Amino acid sequence: MAEKIKKVRVKRSKRDINDIKSARIDSRPFSEISNSKVYRRSKKKKRVNRSTGGDIALIVFLAICGIFSFLPLLLTVNNAFKPLDELFLFPPRFFVRKPTLANFENLANALTSSLVPFSRYFFNTILITIAGTFGHLLVASMCAYPLAKYKVPGGAFILSIITLSLMFPGSVTGIPRYIIFNWFGMIDTHWSIILPALQSSLGLFLMRQFMVGVPTELLESAKIDGAGEFRIYWKIVMPLVKPAWLTLIILLIQDLWSADGSSYIYREDYKLVSYALSQISAGGPALEGISAAVSLIMILVPILVFIISQSQVMETMAHSGMK
Amino acid sequence: MENSINKEPNFLVKGWKKFTNWWNETGRKIDKWSKRGKPIRRKLYLNRTLYLMMFPFLLLFLFFTVIPVLMSLYLSFTYYNMLETPKFIWFSNYLTLFLDDQIFITALKNTVILAVITGPVGYIMAFVFAWLINELPDRIRPIITLVFYAPSLAGNALAIWTYIFSSDSYGYANAFLVSFGLIQEPIQWLTNTKYILAIVIIVQLWMSLGVNFLSLVAGLKGVDKTLYEAAAVDGVKNRWQELWYITLPSMKPQLVFSAVIQISGTLGIGSITVSLAGFPSVDYAAHTIVNHLQDYGNLRFEMGYASAIATLLFLASIGLNKLIRKIISKVGE
Repeated sequence: MAEKIKKVRVKRSKRDINDIKSARIDSRPFSEISNSKVYRRSKKKKRVNRSTGGDIALIVFLAICGIFSFLPLLLTVNNAFKPLDELFLFPPRFFVRKPTLANFENLANALTSSLVPFSRYFFNTILITIAGTFGHLLVASMCAYPLAKYKVPGGAFILSIITLSLMFPGSVTGIPRYIIFNWFGMIDTHWSIILPALQSSLGLFLMRQFMVGVPTELLESAKIDGAGEFRIYWKIVMPLVKPAWLTLIILLIQDLWSADGSSYIYREDYKLVSYALSQISAGGPALEGISAAVSLIMILVPILVFIISQSQVMETMAHSGMK
Repeated sequence: MENSINKEPNFLVKGWKKFTNWWNETGRKIDKWSKRGKPIRRKLYLNRTLYLMMFPFLLLFLFFTVIPVLMSLYLSFTYYNMLETPKFIWFSNYLTLFLDDQIFITALKNTVILAVITGPVGYIMAFVFAWLINELPDRIRPIITLVFYAPSLAGNALAIWTYIFSSDSYGYANAFLVSFGLIQEPIQWLTNTKYILAIVIIVQLWMSLGVNFLSLVAGLKGVDKTLYEAAAVDGVKNRWQELWYITLPSMKPQLVFSAVIQISGTLGIGSITVSLAGFPSVDYAAHTIVNHLQDYGNLRFEMGYASAIATLLFLASIGLNKLIRKIISKVGE
């Protein structure tokens, strides 16, 4: 008998409760129903097998870790708005007292200065980020489509090589890449950052996994209507895999926006913001304010892009599994 | 006269016709050719558009991933300084690494320490946070996900740790400890060999909730909810049993993906130590294999020697991956 009651409780879904609320099939008044144990339990607990104590402990734990994770970023934000004297205050304060835009004004002035031509660095970083991101999106999705939806001879082999390449850190290929760039004369050009970004295997892998879910019937009916492969890819598959694009975009921005390119780029006017930032941090206190402002801009861009695309990114990640 | 201006020049029209003729003719020839010989030839021909679509990515992949790996395998057996042709010297690079290079042994030790601590801890942390986040109501879930993902999202954010662990009393960690009377003198966090590695571990863990974490969050969200209810009926008592018998087995693919990303992240630790402890770090206290590789490759241009280090790193990653996959396949059994 006891077991039977348990089963009933478990199966009571949200809709049942709405029925109780609206139709009041039960003859008792609603206040009494809402106080009843079954109603309260089923409303509070969406899932079975949870204890309140455990829930509280977990949430407290999560909150503490969340604070640890977020404080350094909050400090970056605060520092960007501190006037110079507050940056060198002793003892240092975490929160800004008199917020000011002075650091950003100094940055705006420094944009054109000859000492550290920030506008040039920003231009370079924006250029490689845009070129790399969209290039990768196009190249990777074009390659992912046949791998996901067709059994071309060699496709399985290609896929296994690409999966293998996810397994080792990128620094393994750093040295031979330098030699290859040297052959092609790409040292000291932005190609040395853009081209390797275009072939990021993580992006291809995620795109391919997501494309597997595109219904095959759709492609077949398009083919019957006379569409070629390129047209199917561009007009049917691409609009359907929008979540995967956004994921690739965020991954590439994350990579390229903070790329410092210090091992391939030595010419001053080709350097990137990230590299310049590490230089001025070492440069001394005068530039400290500007450095704080630049840091804020550097962390803000990827975070904003992620906030916009978060739900779609999570949708893609649900397909990220590997056998 | 007026009409002839609008007309295209004659040779262009002729040329175009010639070209299309040639194109069609060649197409027909290849079509015929593909029908002869083995059936694979016909298959390749019929899929030609698909191969064309894959071509750009694969070309880049060949040049910037496949060839580099093979090259570093070959170069690891040579002496090569980018000026002379590579000289084949068999295993001498590897012997020097293990027998003569004291700094490599230090780097190896540091990398192993970092990997053993940040690898499993980071992986478990990613899973635990993903699991807890999954228990939260739908509205807060994205916000908390962002809070944990943000550090790795903002690659440059780790610069702020140099302020926090700044060695003078302007540093936040020092000021905090001094104000509570725990220490008298400011500690030289980033130049004291006792602390450097610990700080690298903290920062690495802070940044380690990346794509692997997102994958786990999404994987957990995708676990079929009715399974839990069915399991409750079948006698699963608490959330731990639920975790082991249902949650983990149903998200194995995400667990594998996440482990793969975690391993390449952990063995690739290098830029963090440079931005925190400088290059080279004091007494090589935070010197990792990747730092050693970059030292020989990017600064000394001893490409053969650097390739030997890269090859070892490659083999270690692949080996570790095989091992971890085996372990994960045992989960929930």
